[in-house]
Amino acid sequence: MLEAGTRRWQARLMLGLFLMPAVLWLVSLIILPHLDLAILSFRERVAPREYRASLEQYRTFFAEPLYWHIFVRTALMSAIATLLTLLIAFPIAWTIAKLLRGRASSLLFVVCLIPFWVSETVRTLGWMILLRESGVLPSLLVKLGITDVPIELLYRDSTILVGLVYTSLLFMVVPLVGSLESLDNALIEAAYDLGASGWSVLRKIVIPHAAPGITAGCIVVFMMTLGNYLTPTLLGGKNSQWFTEQIYTQFITRFNWEQGAAFGFLLLLLSTSMVWVGLRLTGQRFGEVMRRS
Amino acid sequence: MIPSLPRPAWLRAGTTLYLALFLAFLFLPLLVVAVFGFNDAPYPAPPWHGFTLDWFIGNEAKGRTGLFGDSEILASIWTSFTVACWVTGLSVAVGTANAFLIERARFPGKAALSLLMLAPLVIPGVILGISILAFASRLAEFADDTFGLELEFLRPGLPLVVLGQFSYIVAISTLTISARLKRFDRTLEEAAYNLGASRAAVFRTITVPYLRPALIGSGAIAFLMSFENFNTTLMLVGADSPLTIMMYGRMREGATPVLNAVSLFLMVASALLAFTLMRGGSSQKPAPAA
Repeated sequence: MLEAGTRRWQARLMLGLFLMPAVLWLVSLIILPHLDLAILSFRERVAPREYRASLEQYRTFFAEPLYWHIFVRTALMSAIATLLTLLIAFPIAWTIAKLLRGRASSLLFVVCLIPFWVSETVRTLGWMILLRESGVLPSLLVKLGITDVPIELLYRDSTILVGLVYTSLLFMVVPLVGSLESLDNALIEAAYDLGASGWSVLRKIVIPHAAPGITAGCIVVFMMTLGNYLTPTLLGGKNSQWFTEQIYTQFITRFNWEQGAAFGFLLLLLSTSMVWVGLRLTGQRFGEVMRRS
Repeated sequence: MIPSLPRPAWLRAGTTLYLALFLAFLFLPLLVVAVFGFNDAPYPAPPWHGFTLDWFIGNEAKGRTGLFGDSEILASIWTSFTVACWVTGLSVAVGTANAFLIERARFPGKAALSLLMLAPLVIPGVILGISILAFASRLAEFADDTFGLELEFLRPGLPLVVLGQFSYIVAISTLTISARLKRFDRTLEEAAYNLGASRAAVFRTITVPYLRPALIGSGAIAFLMSFENFNTTLMLVGADSPLTIMMYGRMREGATPVLNAVSLFLMVASALLAFTLMRGGSSQKPAPAA
């Protein structure tokens, strides 16, 4: 009797010991800071060190066209970047999963992973060297006689998209390969034998089967693009107008934490709701998707 | 289409061409970074002026500071390294504890807790940064107002950077380690207990060796992600800049090929890390992030 009691007590102690780091981490670094951010966003400074609850920060966001324009722009650009990434990554994932076999397949897969072991800063530096007015591509275009003078390829919306797609590819390829590999070739063969065209095989067999992978990839890519800072600011320069940059400006440059917190919450809201919608559309569970990617 | 079906010639040619273009797209940026680290010109841009090692070892006659003489960059590499070591140690330790919690323990609210552990992965890094910054400042102010304590570590600086990076990297470690623990055959442990092994001995001789690939793998990923982190770090950084922040600052000003030299060093380092990890027989897929 006594021993069982001690055992149970010991088990409780062990559980507590294992729970402590997790609870400390989640409460002090995730939950409380976000609650604090919420409180911060719902107040307004009336005098030095004096605040009152208000919706002023959110009102400013909607009243000032600049802010919500940038917000919508960031969301749209992220959506376009996600779509482009999907379109570019799909044939590659198909090649890895279906066309190549054994060593060749795993080699291509590893080759696709390599650039992503390198820091985003380095990759962006590469694009800057390639695209700026004095860079590699403009001078190549002049040499080929396509343009008379070197043109500036940086600081355009399309440059930002190139950079964003480049940074996101891996996160699309990995889930796509995973979901395509599990597709039985016999299904495609059967469809072909029954006279289906390539297009209808893709639409009726491949895409429905790969839907979980496509959703997982799109969610991760959209989220990361939305929260990206480095690529838009460096490749877009002053024209980047990315929402994370607004958050940085409010928080660090202007020291207007209340406004920055409201912006942060709006971004979080958008990002979370996209994740939610994506999961709803395909009826998947959050945990499964995160584990897969 | 798949190989077992007839593919028209144009489709085959198209696939090959697409693959070639894709690989060019993937590697061109890295290639130019590496190449222009050796260009004998003050800016990393064409034309090619000849091969030089000035951007590594420096050249006083031409007033060039090389990577090995650039104390600012060397200091920032050291800063990044220190931060990454802390983050790795913390993430692997807490990640292991979390993995046992998810896979072995039974308690009310476990499902909610394990779901909550994934939350940091869907919060943009910038927001993790500002929320921790705001909360830490509030704590610091509170300590100052009520107790007259000046808690330096709660002000922007390296301790906050470590905490900020840890806050989401640990979620990745948790996933990696618990995935491996899930596949563990518990009869091995039971057999050892039956043979009279103590709890500590079983843990040391059976559980830990089994988990080793995941521990090493998640450690390497944590180190790499910490070293390369930008978004969260940017919001929390104080006077000492880690390498990514330092490079970002210089890239905005239009930097010399010293940056290419550092980048080359980074590429070689991460290639080595990836290579040893793959050789290490780890069964984990080397996905650097979630």
